[in-house]
Amino acid sequence: MRVLAPILCIDGMYSRYAAAESTEPELPMRIVISNASPDPIYEQILQQIRAQILSGELSEGDQLPSIRKLARDLQISVITTKRSYEELEREGFINTVGGKGTFVAAQNPEFLREKRMKAVEERLAEAVDQARLLNVGSDELAEMLRLLYAEDE
Amino acid sequence: MNRMNNALDIEGVCKRYEGFTLHDVSLQLPRGYIMGLIGPNGAGKTTLIKLMLNLIRRDGGAIRMFGLDNLEDEAEVKSRIGFVPDEPRYHPDASLSELASSVAPFYANWDDDRFRHLAGEFELPLKKRFKKLSHGMKTKFALAMALSHGAELVLLDEPTTGLDPVFRRRLLDMLAGLLQDERVSVLFSSHITADLERAADFVTFLKDGRLVFSSPMDQVAENWGVVKGGQEMLDAEAHAFLQGVRVRRHGFEGLTSRIDEARRRFGNGFVIERASLEDIMVLFGKEGSNHED
Repeated sequence: MRVLAPILCIDGMYSRYAAAESTEPELPMRIVISNASPDPIYEQILQQIRAQILSGELSEGDQLPSIRKLARDLQISVITTKRSYEELEREGFINTVGGKGTFVAAQNPEFLREKRMKAVEERLAEAVDQARLLNVGSDELAEMLRLLYAEDE
Repeated sequence: MNRMNNALDIEGVCKRYEGFTLHDVSLQLPRGYIMGLIGPNGAGKTTLIKLMLNLIRRDGGAIRMFGLDNLEDEAEVKSRIGFVPDEPRYHPDASLSELASSVAPFYANWDDDRFRHLAGEFELPLKKRFKKLSHGMKTKFALAMALSHGAELVLLDEPTTGLDPVFRRRLLDMLAGLLQDERVSVLFSSHITADLERAADFVTFLKDGRLVFSSPMDQVAENWGVVKGGQEMLDAEAHAFLQGVRVRRHGFEGLTSRIDEARRRFGNGFVIERASLEDIMVLFGKEGSNHED
């Protein structure tokens, strides 16, 4: 089982959390909070942990830091951190086992794929919105997409 | 919420002085959280803290800490509180270590190792006499004293005034460290609102002796906003909607506690942003006028 420790980046300062209290080897969990972001802090934490689970950087059974520990490390309030964890739990990404801690939940591969497809769709919808603002038609946008795809091959 | 789970439960508290009245203040702080107390000078922040400690007598209402009445169970309540006043006062000619050893017997849970550890960390000159300390050092000393007897509720009155940003960060980290124990709660007043913006779970805003709100910081951050626009855009209806307006020659700034509704109401040409605690403190209750104040 892996125990995760946050790596902190606040206002551009970068520091690595040293795992001193736990005997378990702590693995880095990257969370970057921006004060300038229009997204509330709880949302930023939520998105980043979710993204790390979806990308497989965090896997089933990995232990997350406790709410209070993460709050302290990120220098944010306990309530904010709690809210992120509660939301992640509602979405089925993590489980809290009373007295033991919070763990990355088992992910159903199909469900996971569906979620990731949804994320792709959302990004594309964003691109379409932007394209509309610039009067870029669907053919032109499709061409751009095709070129981007080709670039990586 | 179960009342026993509140570190602090204030209900309808009043205090009348010549020229100042604290009106009917109620708030709750659940165990395990940090509450920030904000408000301009003269809002009643220090009065409220002094009432909690029964340093002044309340004229009405009730104050409970850990479910205990702060007057009936005064000795027990006080033994479980750590207090850092805005102007720490101790015997001016006593040295810091003399002061510590004279206070220690009053607390059943006094932890001398912890005190020595904090004194070392804050670089307190234990042999120096109290009156020789700078303001920042006096605060650090009061803080070391407040954190050395296992307090379950730590009250700090303007602790960050006179401290440099490095120590302010350190203080906030230390408070978060205390909260690793879920029974410990912190209430601190400050007009350096940036300190509270991120660290506080709850915020209580007092103005002119009245409670404006006491709510979770997240809600404050999500609901309060600042509306900006040209002077000519500020009609009577807009004025009535806003909870404070400042008018300048080049435009106006207005405060709202309903940012979503403001976004629907005020259309193009207006700028609508989230309000910081400072925006709220500065703009709340301000009557719009053409004066440059």
